[in-house]
Amino acid sequence: MMQMDDILLQEAIERYLKNEMSQQERAYFDQLRTGTPEIDQMVVEHAMFQHEMDFYSNRRRIKNEFHETYHKLLQQGILQDGTEKSTGGKIIQLFHRYKRVTGIAAAVGGVIALVISGLVVYFSPVNSNQLVQLSKDIEVIKRKQQYQGNLINEVKSKIPENARLISGGTGFMIDTKGYLLTNAHVLKGTGAVVINGKGKEFNANILHIDQQRDLAILKIDDPEFEPLRSLPYGIRKTKSELGEEIFTLGYPRNDIVYGEGYLSSRSGFNSDTLTYQLQISANPGNSGGPVFNRQGEIVGVLSTRQAQAEGVAFAVKSAYIYSMLTDLKKSSTTELTNIKINSRSTLRGMERKEQIVRIENCVFFVKAFEK
Amino acid sequence: MKVDTNEQALLKGLASNDSRAVEALYKDHFGMVQTYILQNNGSYDDARDIFQEAMVVLYEKAQSDNFVLTCQIKTYVYSICRRLWLKRLQQQGRYSQPLENLEETIGVEEEIEDHEKRNAAFAIMDRALGSLGEPCKSLLEAYYIQQKDMQQLAEMFGYTNADNAKNQKYKCLMRLKKLFFTQYNIGE
Repeated sequence: MMQMDDILLQEAIERYLKNEMSQQERAYFDQLRTGTPEIDQMVVEHAMFQHEMDFYSNRRRIKNEFHETYHKLLQQGILQDGTEKSTGGKIIQLFHRYKRVTGIAAAVGGVIALVISGLVVYFSPVNSNQLVQLSKDIEVIKRKQQYQGNLINEVKSKIPENARLISGGTGFMIDTKGYLLTNAHVLKGTGAVVINGKGKEFNANILHIDQQRDLAILKIDDPEFEPLRSLPYGIRKTKSELGEEIFTLGYPRNDIVYGEGYLSSRSGFNSDTLTYQLQISANPGNSGGPVFNRQGEIVGVLSTRQAQAEGVAFAVKSAYIYSMLTDLKKSSTTELTNIKINSRSTLRGMERKEQIVRIENCVFFVKAFEK
Repeated sequence: MKVDTNEQALLKGLASNDSRAVEALYKDHFGMVQTYILQNNGSYDDARDIFQEAMVVLYEKAQSDNFVLTCQIKTYVYSICRRLWLKRLQQQGRYSQPLENLEETIGVEEEIEDHEKRNAAFAIMDRALGSLGEPCKSLLEAYYIQQKDMQQLAEMFGYTNADNAKNQKYKCLMRLKKLFFTQYNIGE
């Protein structure tokens, strides 16, 4: 048998399978195949591989084409994707296109904020689809109204009449006097109302937004609000460990929802040191929600999730709540300096159900609006 | 059963990658599927994904030589989408009593089964390519999917000549085949 270089052999097999050989060459190769079982085996194997590869590339191409067709028809207003009914008018179409662009810009902005906040994060290209902020935007709320007939009672609401709901998320009390903590990206508007676990609505002021840490402070400013005597939970000052069991409460929908998981990494997306990575199911609306450990200490603030991976979420580490407040106390003379947070939890050793009953009233649905 | 010649032409167009046929199919049938999915606990994105999958089924069917559609495209697409969606709801454990439209449906169990098998094969290749890393992934995609020749590969990836590109492609291909067959042989 002739000595054949591996590469040449591979090339020959491909040409053979593609029918690119001359008659003479082919006859010779057929002979080689019958005479050498190893080569025959390689041909069979490669034929199968080639078949799968053809199928794969064909499907990838067609999927791509379908995808493009869908978006083309969407832009022409022939198909709808829930962003308002289009009348087909040019201005409205332009508006939709613009809206989509701003949406993307906002998402990129959010990711950039997250990257900056890490300070040590590399400036690697970040795909805006990789992270999803867990605040609900108005679109989601609108859809719910349209498709479940679940109208928010406008009369009772404390949202000003001419205001537009911008975003929603979760917040939790850090000081009995009515100070709440949430994510900066939850508060996209100019004002907010917060709703407690019993459905009671309060007006709130946005006091401070820290884009770098993605944290924000609200204060309930409502005559109907009575300060609590004490908070059941404390906020942990030190680091939490891998594998720690965690749970969260939040408002991915109008009712409070419980979720549990574990701490899966000491750093967040792209090794961001600001956040922990959690294995927990989180949905839009969970943003700003407290993440508790088993003792009922707050170890983080749920903020984003990874779009492509199931159940991967990120939470701002609780230590940054302290560092934000310390910074504030140094630089500000406002009422923010009055905030007192405690690190002791009174929930230690309690059953989970018991813990939740006590925590529930301190976790709020935050709705941000713009006038 | 007599099948509309217009529909027959559409399928032919789809099989031969005619973008007008693709557009026509989206225009004619997407709305119906979207309504169905939105009514059954789905989102706009779900509707987009499910419809695309049904289009893939139809496309791969239309490409096979012995394919004859014995009902309207509308009925076929609707039946596939309905089956795919109910299956997905079930997998996510959110199966609830489905809202039935009074649309006609046909049995598509075989189609769905075939489709799932092909999905699995597609996923294996996709993962194998994905875990190859660069530049192997792009190199092989350029060769096998974009059908570039060695000279073009050399230019795209900065190899000094076609022989170098060939060497590199060979090494990458061996790795890909190994990754692919390990998965393929253990059958996922």
